[in-house]
Amino acid sequence: MKFLPLIWAALWRKKTRTVFTLASIMVAFLLFGMLQGVNAAFNATVDRANVNRLIVANSVSFTESLPYSYMAQIEQLSGVSAVSQQNWFGAYYQDPKNFVFSFPAEPARWRRVSPEYKLPEDQFDAWARTRTGAVIGIDLAEKYGWKIGDRVPLHSTIWTKPGGSSDWEFDIVGIYTSPDSPTRGNQFFFNYAYFDEARSFNKGRVGWYIVQVQDPRQSAQIAASIDKLFGNSTDETETKTEKEFQQSFLKQIGDINFIVTRILFAVFFALLFATGSSLMQSVRERIPELAVLKTLGFSDGRVLWLVLAESLMLCLLAAALGLAVASALFPSLKGAIGVVTLPRVVIIEGAAIAVLLALATGLLPAWRARQLNIVDALAGR
Amino acid sequence: MAAIVSLRNVVKRYTRGKHSVEVLHGLNLDIETGDFVALMGPSGSGKTTLLNLIGGLDTASGGEVSVAGERIDSLSGGQLAKWRARHVGFVFQFYNLLPQLSAERNVELPLLLTSLSAAQRKKNVQTALAIVGLSDRAKHKPTELSGGQAQRVAIARALVSDPTLLVCDEPTGDLDRATADEILGLLQSLNREQG
Ligand SMILES: Nc1ncnc2c1ncn2[C@@H]1O[C@H](COP(=O)(O)OP(=O)(O)O)[C@@H](O)[C@H]1O
Ligand SMILES: [Mg+2]
Repeated sequence: MKFLPLIWAALWRKKTRTVFTLASIMVAFLLFGMLQGVNAAFNATVDRANVNRLIVANSVSFTESLPYSYMAQIEQLSGVSAVSQQNWFGAYYQDPKNFVFSFPAEPARWRRVSPEYKLPEDQFDAWARTRTGAVIGIDLAEKYGWKIGDRVPLHSTIWTKPGGSSDWEFDIVGIYTSPDSPTRGNQFFFNYAYFDEARSFNKGRVGWYIVQVQDPRQSAQIAASIDKLFGNSTDETETKTEKEFQQSFLKQIGDINFIVTRILFAVFFALLFATGSSLMQSVRERIPELAVLKTLGFSDGRVLWLVLAESLMLCLLAAALGLAVASALFPSLKGAIGVVTLPRVVIIEGAAIAVLLALATGLLPAWRARQLNIVDALAGR
Repeated sequence: MAAIVSLRNVVKRYTRGKHSVEVLHGLNLDIETGDFVALMGPSGSGKTTLLNLIGGLDTASGGEVSVAGERIDSLSGGQLAKWRARHVGFVFQFYNLLPQLSAERNVELPLLLTSLSAAQRKKNVQTALAIVGLSDRAKHKPTELSGGQAQRVAIARALVSDPTLLVCDEPTGDLDRATADEILGLLQSLNREQG
């Protein structure tokens, strides 16, 4: 601890250089915090997926549809407690960047398979009664300031009405909360009956089925019997647990984990050289001063530690600043990923990376400082 | 009186690749405790080389070097570092202060290697700065000091851990005549009073 002022002063010996180095490390950790935070949020979504639920999709592709008639057949299977269906509506509000996670659904079935959505009874009844009714998540309501009684137009990028219009109007009749699954607060559900009647093609078909099973231990067996039931038909199925389904869905929009890791790897690799050479230059400039410390009786090992501590201080300080900015900015992503705070695991990982970075960049300069010969250094050789 | 420094048949050879230069050829020297000794000689005659051996900054190629009754020619690098911290204060021609540290922080450096508390270190630093007459410049950085003042800070740093031996290599070499006399006077009076 008593060496701290010495290390701190050495770090700021060339202020401009240290500020630049600090800023570049900080930006890298800001990037790390944001990307890794989003990544962790997605993984958390997968982890929270319900193991009691199966997703039945067309075996050709998740984007292919299935006949509505499958519903009754699946309901007949033993071990199945409820079945619901969903469709991808692919809509936005006013501007393509205002993407809305919207799905046609049947109110009664929707409620049976989705106990995580908390919707007041009267609002549920209103939805069941109102052909153009829609229920939305609390986060979505806050984002656009939508209230019960509002009429909201959505533009579907997939579904047209017979006149060729892709604009659909809905009446907000309910706002649900999902306290145990915060990432689900940005969805928009409306009546399948209205949707199926008004769309100009693909009538009588659904996107996928959601199957609630009585006993999660039977999930695999029930999934197999569903796929067997529709084997050799025109629309074969592929049934997965909700968790597997979400994982493969994330794979479709790009393996986020992989991309994030690649980007961060590149960033930190570049940083390794920038920081390393800046530290090396700093040691080179200070050779006479380091030699003076040695004449005063600082051992070679102690000089090595002083330089290493300097790089540790630099990296930890920059990482702390970068992650602090990341956690300040993170809540602004709530609309997109539904998670409010930067996950703690990201901060712990960040600290570990900062230490590794400090060692990787500091070891060589520290070793150079350790090796320097007093007599030569003092004589400027 | 016991010799504080004693050199027997000391040889120092510098080897650079194929070239080898012998600078000290079997030197014998005794310095008594309390002595104030000046080495004089033309540039390149080996003054720095000799001082480096006495101060434990370098090791001899042959012969014996004893300081305060201890053979230092057989000490390892790590042992020598410890020995220097305990026994030697250095003053160099170009002061060699750490530019980013204030005068008092520079003077404190040798004490960081001791087990003294922060309060004790502060007290010793103040005493050392008072001895060289720079109590009012404690917070100044080296760049804010004149050459003479910087050298006084360096002397305070050399004194602060109460060394057995003060080794000064051309301590006035970078100073004007009047300041040089002042620094030499200071060193002499230190030798009389603290010896
Ligand atoms: N590290 C070294 N390598 C090679 N030669 C050296 C080294 N240090 C000193 N010398 C040589 O030793 C001689 C004495 O140098 P030095 O002790 O610095 O003399 P002085 O201090 O009296 O000017 C010079 O010829 C110098 O070139
Ligand atoms: Mg010399």
